[in-house]
Amino acid sequence: MGKTISEKIITSRLGKEVIAGDIVIVPVDLCMVQDGTGPLAIKQLRKLIRNEASSESDREVNYKIFAPEKTFIFLDHAAPSPRKELSNVHRELRDFARQTKANLSEIGEGISHQRLVESFVNPGDIIIGADSHTCTSGALAAFATGMGSTDVAVVMATGKTWLKVPQTLLINVEGAFPKGVYAKDLILYIIGMLGADGANYRALEFAGHTVENMSVSGRLTLCNMAVEAGAKVGLVGSDGLTRAYLKEMGRENRYREIKADKDAKYERIFEIDASKLEPVIACPETPDNVKPISQVKKQNINIDQVFIGTCTNGRIEDLRIVAEILEGRKCATGTRLVVAPASRQVYLQALREGIFEILVEAGATILNPGCGPCVGIQGGILADNEKCLSTGNRNFKGRMGNPNSEIYLSSPATAAWTAIKGKISNPREII
Amino acid sequence: MILKGKVHKFGDNISTDLIAPGRFFHLRNNLPELAKHTLEDADPEFVEKVRRGDFIVAGKNFGMGSSREHAPTIIKLCGVGAILAKSFARIFFRNAINVGMPVLECETEKIAQGDELEIDLIKGTIRNRKKKLELRFHPLPQVMLNILRDGGLVEHIRKHGGFQL
Repeated sequence: MGKTISEKIITSRLGKEVIAGDIVIVPVDLCMVQDGTGPLAIKQLRKLIRNEASSESDREVNYKIFAPEKTFIFLDHAAPSPRKELSNVHRELRDFARQTKANLSEIGEGISHQRLVESFVNPGDIIIGADSHTCTSGALAAFATGMGSTDVAVVMATGKTWLKVPQTLLINVEGAFPKGVYAKDLILYIIGMLGADGANYRALEFAGHTVENMSVSGRLTLCNMAVEAGAKVGLVGSDGLTRAYLKEMGRENRYREIKADKDAKYERIFEIDASKLEPVIACPETPDNVKPISQVKKQNINIDQVFIGTCTNGRIEDLRIVAEILEGRKCATGTRLVVAPASRQVYLQALREGIFEILVEAGATILNPGCGPCVGIQGGILADNEKCLSTGNRNFKGRMGNPNSEIYLSSPATAAWTAIKGKISNPREII
Repeated sequence: MILKGKVHKFGDNISTDLIAPGRFFHLRNNLPELAKHTLEDADPEFVEKVRRGDFIVAGKNFGMGSSREHAPTIIKLCGVGAILAKSFARIFFRNAINVGMPVLECETEKIAQGDELEIDLIKGTIRNRKKKLELRFHPLPQVMLNILRDGGLVEHIRKHGGFQL
């Protein structure tokens, strides 16, 4: 019987046949924590190895981890640290990485998910991260899923985790995007269609000609937001574009073709005609509250802050679109534009291409690579009653640090044009 | 094992941002302090009102969003005996079991704010004596039941030296 991408990857890593519904213990190729989830993972690891340690005090524990070269610590959420409590967290994580020889990604290197796909993830890998957007790496045909700190602590200690092989929903997309419509609009549309729990426990597989012709950057945006419909993983089969991306990142030799079989068994198949889509907005307070921009625009929603960045839309391809729209224009009076590139690599490329000059002249504030204001810690926390349009993935109440503010989500093009107009606007007016 | 307590009712889609808001990110290494803000953005008085053994009862997709395990951990620190919801978001559900917080999937429409419930974790029943209501909850998969019985994932691994599926 044919297999889905999830079934193929897990079968291959286990060396025995599995099908959706099986509960299995799998070897993990890469595990990660970040500065929000790392300290709790270390605390749990300390309990796990207590038998061997002479004392429970932090300094004297001799941490042993299963595979330091497969373990990653990212300082990206509160980077650089805005307050002393978080500085101490960063120091604890640096000390842990030094002692265990785990990989440390310092402040300024960028968001974990972007760093992983740039430098470490390969098709067919099983990846467990203490961050819900770990599913981003599925765009390279890796089985990548978010768990909590304790699960990752156990992976650190044993190199393994348990999981249920998920059922799969196939999202088959055909047709070309109309002008002004991007991967972000597609995934928001899909989340609106499925609902915030519509793919709970399932894998989302994205396929069809639209996805086959989509850049890896766009595929990353799709897989990144799979969790916003509750999915365990978001997956795109690997192909020539995946190979070209790995080549660009210096590891073409790690390419493997992983595709679903033609006769794979799906729980449900959804057909989407991309040519019928228009730009969309996810309105407060859930990412599935998705409305076409033509409808939202009528409400004349003034925007106090536009935020462009995050693991969803902080890549060079996103910034290029933004620069095209902002070139020779100024942000509207009363609308702040904050931009955070997803990684140092993106930052450097944007510098080389002159993108930041265009953005800064338009009035943008450029932040260091990292999660920025998306997680409500720093870099643009909203005032009471303010409204923000973000290219991020979540618009929950309080997400950006203030429960008395509102967050709308869109593509980078919609965000850039909105920064110019000062209210939620349709990028088709200029594209 | 019988749990008894009072109900604190919430709606659908309670995110982990509502349970453990990002603006208290700096308190994540100080769980007792973070626990003082549990569910603050969904019900500012929750922490004052909740008593040891009480239940959180919610609609669908409880715990959606961020993987922060601090969310079920601080709910547990508040003394909550169990969380009942129509459905749970995947990562929250797994985290709750891992930290030894009982999470029960059941129909919650007929349960109201302030109701007093008796829950039998072994039999899988939820009773409201006053309203003469008896509900059943979906049993946990065996692997999760094993982890919960051992008191959480760390204890489970320490006891068995690995996963017992």
